[in-house]
Order: sequence, then structure tokens, then C-alpha cells
Amino acid sequence: MISNTPSKLKNTASHEWVKAEADGTVSVGITQHAQELLGDMVFVECPAVGRKLKAGEECAVVESVKAASDVYAPIAGVVTAANAALDNTPENINSDPYGSWMFKLKPDNAADVNSLMDATAYQAHVDSEAH
Amino acid sequence: MTLKQTPLNATHRAMGAKMVDFGGWDMPVNYGSQIDEHHQVRRDAGMFDVSHMRVVDIHGEGVRAFLRYLLANNVDKLQFSGKALYSCMLRPHGGVIDDLIVYFMSEQWFRIVVNAGTADKDITWMREQAVAHAAQLKITSRDDLAMVAVQGPHAQAKVWQVLPQTKAATESLQPFQAAECGDYFVARTGYTGEDGFEIILPATEVTAFWNALHKVGVAPIGLGARDTLRLEAGMNLYGQDMDETINPLEAGLAWTVDLKSERDFIGKAALLANPATRKMVGLVLLDRGVLRGHQQVHSAQGVGEITSGSFSPTLEKSIALARMPKEVQIGDTVQVAIRDKMLAAKVVKYPFARNGKGLGHL
Repeated sequence: MISNTPSKLKNTASHEWVKAEADGTVSVGITQHAQELLGDMVFVECPAVGRKLKAGEECAVVESVKAASDVYAPIAGVVTAANAALDNTPENINSDPYGSWMFKLKPDNAADVNSLMDATAYQAHVDSEAH
Repeated sequence: MTLKQTPLNATHRAMGAKMVDFGGWDMPVNYGSQIDEHHQVRRDAGMFDVSHMRVVDIHGEGVRAFLRYLLANNVDKLQFSGKALYSCMLRPHGGVIDDLIVYFMSEQWFRIVVNAGTADKDITWMREQAVAHAAQLKITSRDDLAMVAVQGPHAQAKVWQVLPQTKAATESLQPFQAAECGDYFVARTGYTGEDGFEIILPATEVTAFWNALHKVGVAPIGLGARDTLRLEAGMNLYGQDMDETINPLEAGLAWTVDLKSERDFIGKAALLANPATRKMVGLVLLDRGVLRGHQQVHSAQGVGEITSGSFSPTLEKSIALARMPKEVQIGDTVQVAIRDKMLAAKVVKYPFARNGKGLGHL
């Protein structure tokens, strides 16, 4: 499979992408691979601003025509923003997964993001799941 | 376990299909966007490989009498060659073994098309009943045949473009009628709520037929869109909306069960002895979310369950079929348990969409 994971982003085993923003928050969305597996998105539910999340906690939901899938907090932190625009345009996750952030977190510990997978490691993870 | 393949398996892969395990068959779930495929069928024409479904031919003297007893619907409604009937086949306790379409061809030949996942048990059941009641009949599983459904407002014209030799025999067909055209069996039936044909043909010819349809602009459609199309059309899916634990009266299929005539059939006594306490209704979700099978539905009259639910591309809302206490009324608002929330849905009549259009429930 051709790698299409942007090199600047970090990724989780549960197929979220994580981008460190200049203001110290991180943006979170689902990867190209995840949107491909799920197919046409029809519903997105983002976590409430102010919610405290543990790493790995279920905090959002994406639903395609086919299935519902949980989205997990990649690292511990507090939700600072949710992308309300996706309420009416969930299909943007299909057309532009890396432009469609779902929520932003202020990490409890800024260094936690370094523990996530880089593009190469994530691609290897995706390939291993395909077998 | 190795998945079973239809003769079009390699063709699906070459067309970019995403393949899934569908009841032991390796089948295309989509070839790209499932929603685009859905609209393609409502607005133009699409084709489905349904070769995993099984054609069963029953030959011999007294086929009609046998089917009169075997099926819950009454084959005496079939009075000219090519006429088709939708029916359930029941266990003695009234549970649904399968739903099927039966075609009357002659008094010595009826053709039945059954679901893929139930085909083997269906044929076993038919043969057991034949041994007991009509040993002279020959029941043949036609594994040499393939089946393609071409559906949509332009489906018939596209089929005639590819198979001009079938036009004369098929242009006067009414819905639920079929004609034999040489090796091709062309039926004006389907599972989408759109007009079109289901074509049964030799497995050796199906790839050429499929490719010819593609060339005239008929798009391949996966099982994903097949499911949202049939749900909008209010058609049951065996194994989801009914099975052997459910009788047809509680599956929205009372219209297919003939309880009025004197005729006896397998399951009749059980249906008469056990009046329905539940019924099928349509639901349209009022809140944001997606209805799915097995979600619990709370009403003032008690709890029911969604049997099939999804997002309706035509209505751009979430819709479902649900089995509810029979006192629930059209227009009621009910609450559906979705994850940790209770979301409001409206009870509606179904179908939700037919012939390209939503039927305007809200």
C-alpha cells in the first residue's frame, strides 16, 4: 500500500491523527485509512469543550452509512474546541481527512504527543492490520 | 474457511470493489462511494451481482399442489406463465425459514429464487417435504446459473441495448412477471424500489453480459447500497428483519400470508393459534444520529427493537424498520437508545422511498 500519511503528523493505533499546534494544543482527526475503512460519513459527534480526557478514553463517534466507530483520546488533556462545522458536513472527513479536525486538546503533558507513532510506524501498523 | 465466489469475482476486483465476507460469500460491498451508488440506482441505472442467490427449479406433475402446501402465500394467484409471487416458507411453528420469489412457468415447472445464506437449508427442507407429500417431483439447485439485477429508471432501456433479442418478449412485462428468452430468464422484479429487471443466465455468459452493461453506462453497485435501497423501499432482509424465531405476521409480511382460503399450508395452524402482539413500523430519527439494528425503542406501549436501520441517502435522514408492540400508532414519537442517549424518532408508514423519490414523511 502506498503511504499517504502526512509526515508531520503523529498517529495512534486506533487510527486517530494528532497534530501539535503552535498554541500548545493538539488537533485530532481520523486518518485516511480509517475513513477509507468506514466509507461515506453521515454523522459526527465531538466531545464537549472543557471535558477532561484520559489517554485512550472514548470521546467521539463517527458514523458512516455502514457502521459506527468510536474515536479515542490520543493523549490525556482537556478539550478546548470541537469542530461544529462537521455536524453539517461529515463527508469532509472522507474528502479531506487531514483537514477535518474533530477536536482540540490541551495536553496534560506536552511531551505525551512524542510517544505516538510517526508516519512510518503508523504505515507499518496499517500494513500489519491488513494481514 | 474459504469464501465462496460468484463467476464475477475477478471482475469486481478489477473494477475496484471493496470485497467483504457476506454470509460465506466474497462479495463487493462498494466500488467507491456507497452513497453515490445508491443515487445512481434511484436516478439512472445500476447493476448488482446477485449470483450468490440460488435458483431452484421444481419439475414434475403436481408442483402447484405441493407449493400450495409448502408456501405461506397462495400459488393459486399465479395463473399465467411467467407470473411471480413473493412468499415466506414457514416451519410448522410459524417461524420463517426463508423469503423467496416463486415463478409459475408451467404446471410441470415452477422456479424459485431463495436467499444465499439459507439456500442449502431451504433445499433440504423442500426435499424433505417432497419426499413426504410429492415424491414424484424433481428439485434441482441450479448452480450452473448466475443472476444480475439491473435497477433504476433507465435499467430496462439499458438491458434492451445489450440484449436486443429480449425486447419483444419483455417490453410488455408488468411488475412481478418474467419471460424466458432463450438462455436468459428476464424478470421485472428487484430489491431496490426502482423499476428494472433481474436476469438469470448461464454462469458462463455472465461476465460478458456484465461488461456489456458497463459499456452502455450501467454502474456496478455493491451490497452496501443494495441494503440502503431495500431499506428505503421497505423490503425485509432475511436474518435481520425476520428469521426462524419470528412469524411473518410480526415481520410486516401479513400481506403475503393467505389465511382466508381453505387451503392448508405449513405453519398455518400456528399462525391462527398465535395472534400477533407486535408489528413492524417505520422510524425516522428526529434527532441527530444513525439508527441501527438491535437498538432498543421505548414507547408508551412498551419496548421494541430496530431490526434494520441506516442513513437514508434519498431522505438525508436516518430511517429504520422496528418491531414494536402492536398498539404503537403511526405518528407517535418514540425514544431510541443510542449509546448513552435517548433520541427521539417518529413512527411512520413505510416504504420511505420509491421510484426515485422520498415519500415525504416529515
